Order: sequence, then C-alpha cells, then structure tokens
Amino acid sequence: MGHDTSYTDQKFNVVGTRVKRPDGLEKVTGRAKYGADASAPGQLVGLILRSPHAHANIVKIDTSKAEKLAGVKAVITSKDLPDHTGGNRGMLDILENCMARGRALYDGHAVAAVAAIDRQTAKKALKLIKVTYKVIPHVTDVDEAMEENAPVVQDYVFTPGGDGKTPSNISGIVPFGHGDIDAGFEEADVIVEKSYKTEQTHQGYIEPHACLANMGSDGTGELWVTTQGHFVFRNTCAALLGMDVAKLKVTASEIGGGFGGKTHVWMEPVALCLSRKANRPVKVVMSRDEVFRASGPTSSTSMDVKIGAKKDGTITAASAQLRYSCGAFPGIWGMLGAMTAFACYDLKNVKAIGYNVLVNRPKVTAYRAPSAPMAAFGVESTMDLVAAEIGMDPIDFRIKNAAKEGTKASYGPTYGPIGIGPTLDAAKNHPHMKAKLGKNQGRGMACGFWFNFGGQTCTDLNIGIDGTVNLTVGTVDVGGSRASLSMIAAEELGISYDDVKANLGDTASLGHNDMTEGSRGTFSSGMATIFAARNAIDVLKQRAATMWEIPVEDVLWEAGSAKATGEGHGNLAPLTLKEIAAKSPTTGGPIAGHNESVADNAGVSFASHICDIEVDPETGGTKVIRYTVIQDAGKAIHPDYVEGQFQGGAAQGIGWALNEEYIYGEDGKLQNPGFLDYRIPVCSDLPFIDTQILEIPNPNHPYGVRGVGETSIVPPLAAIGNALSNAAGVRMDHVPMSPPRILKALEEAKSA
Amino acid sequence: MLRVSVSSSISPALNGATEISIEAQTINELMHKLIDRYPRIENQCETGIAVSINGEIYRDNWNVKIPQDSEVYLLPRIPGG
Repeated sequence: MGHDTSYTDQKFNVVGTRVKRPDGLEKVTGRAKYGADASAPGQLVGLILRSPHAHANIVKIDTSKAEKLAGVKAVITSKDLPDHTGGNRGMLDILENCMARGRALYDGHAVAAVAAIDRQTAKKALKLIKVTYKVIPHVTDVDEAMEENAPVVQDYVFTPGGDGKTPSNISGIVPFGHGDIDAGFEEADVIVEKSYKTEQTHQGYIEPHACLANMGSDGTGELWVTTQGHFVFRNTCAALLGMDVAKLKVTASEIGGGFGGKTHVWMEPVALCLSRKANRPVKVVMSRDEVFRASGPTSSTSMDVKIGAKKDGTITAASAQLRYSCGAFPGIWGMLGAMTAFACYDLKNVKAIGYNVLVNRPKVTAYRAPSAPMAAFGVESTMDLVAAEIGMDPIDFRIKNAAKEGTKASYGPTYGPIGIGPTLDAAKNHPHMKAKLGKNQGRGMACGFWFNFGGQTCTDLNIGIDGTVNLTVGTVDVGGSRASLSMIAAEELGISYDDVKANLGDTASLGHNDMTEGSRGTFSSGMATIFAARNAIDVLKQRAATMWEIPVEDVLWEAGSAKATGEGHGNLAPLTLKEIAAKSPTTGGPIAGHNESVADNAGVSFASHICDIEVDPETGGTKVIRYTVIQDAGKAIHPDYVEGQFQGGAAQGIGWALNEEYIYGEDGKLQNPGFLDYRIPVCSDLPFIDTQILEIPNPNHPYGVRGVGETSIVPPLAAIGNALSNAAGVRMDHVPMSPPRILKALEEAKSA
Repeated sequence: MLRVSVSSSISPALNGATEISIEAQTINELMHKLIDRYPRIENQCETGIAVSINGEIYRDNWNVKIPQDSEVYLLPRIPGG
C-alpha cells in the first residue's frame, strides 16, 4: 500500500472520546432507510415458493396457471437462472442455494418465484405453481450424517482420503496441531475426556433480508439491499446473472443486524432475475419464517474433547474431534472449530480435527467468530473439569497454560504480542470474582479467541468549501464505524468531530471494498481513512503554499492548520483548514484525499468472561445475574461502541447458551421458525453486562487498533456452562442449556 | 531459502507436502513459485490461502517482503461474521 502502518504511540484529541453517534437520531425517529424501505415507480412484489420437504427430487414444476393469473408479471425457476459459473463449484452451490436445480435439499429451499402487482396476487400465484416432488430420505443430525449408510446430500462430495467413488456427507477432515499427543497423555497425572453437543442457532438479526432489484432492458441494473458488503454482493450477483460487474450498481441500505448472516446472497439474485424477466422493479422481503428456514444459521456440532495435565497444572496434551454441520452445501466450519479450539493455550502436544459435514438443513454461513463459540464450549468446559480434578483454581489453571508471545499456536504459526494473559490477570483481579454468591447461584469463567482480519478497502475524503468534510467509505456500518471513522478523520486533520460526515458509498462511487466481516470495519477502513486524510493534508499544504507563495517544503500541518516554517516566513499567521478550503476554487479546485489499500495483519484477539447464574432447582430455569467481559481492543477509538460490541456478543452468546436452538422434527422440517418459539434474549432476560477494555496495541496499525466485533461471542457458552455447574452441581454437555435439559440433568444427578 | 509449513487443508494441493523449501523474497514470488511447482494450488492461491509470516497473517497483500529467517505458514483463508 506504500504507507507505513506501524504503531506509533501518538497522543489523541478525538480518538478515545465518547462522541455522539451520527446515526442515532435517524434510527430512533424512523427516518433511517433499511432494506425494505426503498420503493420505485412500477414496483412489483416478489415472493418465493419454498420446498416443504427436507430432501426431494423435483420431478416437474408447472408454472402455467400462475403465469396466466392477472397481475403476475414474471414467474421463474432454475431454468431462468442458467449456470454462468464456468465450472466454479462454489459459485454453483450459491446459485443452487438461491434456487433449487432439480433437487430440494432442505425444508425451505427455494424452488420458484413470482413477481406480481401486489402481495395478494403474488401469494395467489405461488399457490398456483404445481411442484411434483419425489421425497427421498433425509438426514439433519450431524452424527447421523456421518454414518456409513446415511442419505447422501450431495453426490459430488466424497470423504477426503476415502475411495473417491462412494459419495458421502463428509466434505472435509482437517487436522491442526503439533507435538505428540500420545506421549503427552502418557505424561499426564489427570486426563479428562468428555463429549459435547451444541444445537444450530441463527444470527437473529431483527431486520429480515430485503432488497429492491431494478434491471433495465439495456443489461444494466441496480440493487438496493440490506447487506454487510455491497461490493461483494455486486460481484456475486453479476457473476450468477452473467452480467458485467460495472453494469450492476448496488447500494447498501441501513442494516438492522447481520452478524455474518448478511455476508451471503440468498434471494438477491432471484429478485434481479424476476426484475429482468418482468422488466419492472421487484422488491423481495423475506418473512421471519423464510429467514429461519432459508438463510444463514450457524452449525450444529458434536465434539469429543480430551485434556491431560500434571498435578502442578501443566497441560501435557490436548485433543479434540469437532464435527460441524454445514447445511446442504460444503463449508469449512469444522475446520474453523479445529483452528480456534485450543488457540488460547500454550500446548506442547495438541491435535484438533475438524469434520465438515453435510446435512439437509439450510446452508450454514458465518455467525460472529464463526465456529469458535462451540469449540470453546467443549474445551473451556473440559478445562474446568481438569482444574477441579487437580484441585486448582480454574483461572490459575488457565493463567498457567495461557498462550503468550512466542507460543506456537495450535493452528500453526507462532504468536507475536497477544492479550490472553492480560485478560486472565484482569479477570482474576476483577471485583466480580470476589462478589458474594447467594443460594443456588454459581460463578464460571471462560476464555475465547478469534482471528480478526483486514482486507481490501477504498476510501474518499472530500473537503467542502466551508471546511467541513465528507468521508465516503465502502464498508457497511454494522457496529459504529461511521462514528469511529469520522473520529479518525477529525484526529488526522486536526478538526472537530462535528465537522466530519461519514457516508457509505455505493458500488459505482468507490473501488472495491470487502465485506464488513472479520471485525474489519474500523481496522481496515480506519487505516484507509488515516491515509486518505494524510493525502488530503498534502493537498492542503500545497494550497497554503500557493496562498502564501512559498515552497510547500516550508509548510507543515499542525493542529488543523498549515504553518509556515523556515526563514522569512515568521510573520505568516497559520491558515486553518476552513480558510484554505474557502480559497480552494482559486487555488486549484476541490480538495480531496483518497486511499485504496489492503489492510492485512489485523492482529488476533482474546477475551475472558465471568458469569454468575442462578438456577431454580424446581424448574431448571436460569437467570444470569452478573456478567463481565474483559477483552483486548488494541485501541478503543470510541469506547462506547467497543463496549457495545462486547455487550452485544455476550448477549448473543447468552441466548445461544440458554435458549436458542433449531428444532427439527422427524420429518426434517424446522419446527420453530419464529421468534415466539425460537427465543432470543430480550433486555429483561439480561443483567447489565459489565465490560473492561484492555488496550494492548496492535503493532501493525498506526493507532494500535484490533478488531473487536466478534471475540465476545466466543466465551459465553462455556462461561455459562461452568457457572451452571458450580450453581447446580451438574455438568451440562448440551447447548442450549435450556430448562428441560437442566431439569433432566438435575433429576439424573439426584437419582444417581 | 524459506522453509514453509503447510496447513493440512492446503497440503493435498501440494501433493501432500507438510513442509516445503522454496526461494522467495515476497508473498507474490512465493505464490507464483508454488503454482509453478504445484499447478493444482492455483485455484486456491487467490481466494483460499493466507500466509503467516512470523505469526502475522496476510490474506491479500502479496507485496509483503518475507525476511529469510522467517517462520512462514500457509493457512486456509477464513471468513468472519
């Protein structure tokens, strides 16, 4: 990128303060425009017909009656979405997930779609589409899917290392680790081995998927959509529809939550295809039922964890087999579980094997630190069991084995400076650890790890005639990046935060930006903003030199003003940014800065969480009574937002741990596709989540920033499991730890 | 000469190699020499591989120089949420 990204221990004026969020008023007054809020003249309503079967061959689709219905402008099936993927199996999988191609692979799989003048007509048309299915055996459980005679979901998938002739549901077996685990377990005084299961959960974003597609007859098109990355959506949709990338303009709406689920296209190519066929704009808004049945859940898992330690607390070996469901298409979710499982610890002998397993469920997509929370549940629960066996405090046991600079990570490389030790020390010394507990209450803690990453970013900074600044970024604001990026621009330029307005550019106005995922928004666009601002400062200095008629080499930028240096310029008063901007029409025209870059090296992230929980032994009901998140942020640009990310991740993790689960019937149909039966936590379910931000600078960012958005969802499952164990005396090995499961465990313990 | 460790998800495309020796000054040179030696890796290089240099993970920036005494690791490129 041509810029030095090294950390410099600079002093800040704006960064680190708690300024007002720029989008708050619009959101609370209802003016913010989300995915379903756009309209266009002549707009049609698009609806999708979905498979009622978990697994079926589609013998025939008869759309003739629907097409004849008055008010119907287009009906499409997979025939209208020809394969433009050129042999790219991953892209063909995406296309097939958007619209079934001869096979329905899960309950909710799209099989046809209509566009009509209103919702009533569109619904009537869906009923007129006759699909002839031949139902075939299905499998929805990850362990059952791995059995030899399980129904095969995809006939092009073979078990790695197998005969290569017999299709299977195991698309990947991926081991990570080092050392000799057999020798390590031989050295152990204590070995604990335990199996765990976690159920599938949804990201639970409140805003459903929604878009407005508008294809012109000239082959160009526009898409307004709720997404975490409109540039990636553009590239994917253009590829699937056989369009030139430049001819599809995608505008990202305000986003009502994504958490990974909006990194993937689901019905957007369908909406574009409907619009192309109807030659009218088409709006598609998923119902909650559709969101649950056909978009982005995380994996269900099954795992075996084994940890051996000496009596002094040194772990001698650790191993895990992690089996993750991927839905009906291959994924890398088990692999990610294996990479993250033991990443918090300094282990001489470690092996984690991830299994990626296909089942007849919707295609799994990322959910905040994808795959890490489940692996952490197994490992961190077992850590507590080992600590108990050797009679050591669980925090001290973790501190003794914590990874540090120079540790060979369980996924391969050697760590640089990292924050797991400091988060554990902070947890040990936190007042929460010393607070008294009441009857039926217990305390637990757990650690978590996530990678974080950077990626491609392109940013423009334009200075107006009055000296106020438009910052145009291409990373969707999912967690406060407009505030943090405005603060960074203000910091660099030496102006007030109130003088900067951050905007999200559409795909026609900026170069490519990767998704807002991997906790990259503030890290990568922040870096691009720093360099765009410095680029603008170069222009401002040049303009000041022009105004003063002195060489630019004699101009420096300090505290928001150009200052003349050197002999003969001592009597020149500084020129503020506003003064230079006011003269811009006659000193060379608009003043702007720009940066395009690849912001790699985001720095890994660690967290330690403490949880107090109360269990009702009569009902198995639980109440989280106190929760503390301690995490390394590198540098908190806007501490409120960083705390918000910590709290949000913890809240989602608490819901996952205690309530949320996809429940499939014997028929392979999802039984609870709605928020009444799939219960995410609401405010009254949660205590105020306390936070402690640690700032261990990332050496590879000028301000020391690390990503903060994901790691906080990793420890809660295990922290709650450990707290429950201490509160109720039963070790829960199945997430969610819902009242019926807790009651069953209590009754079993009583009868034993 | 760099000694490059290979993650298990990538080694099948490198004919099963778990460690390889290769002369390269940058990630770009490393990737191109890998493709020359193991053509099957080509499809994975741009979208499926990250390179860890002394514990610092690079996914996209192939201009990065690799110090010759570095620990170099080929890792799968991972998504986020």
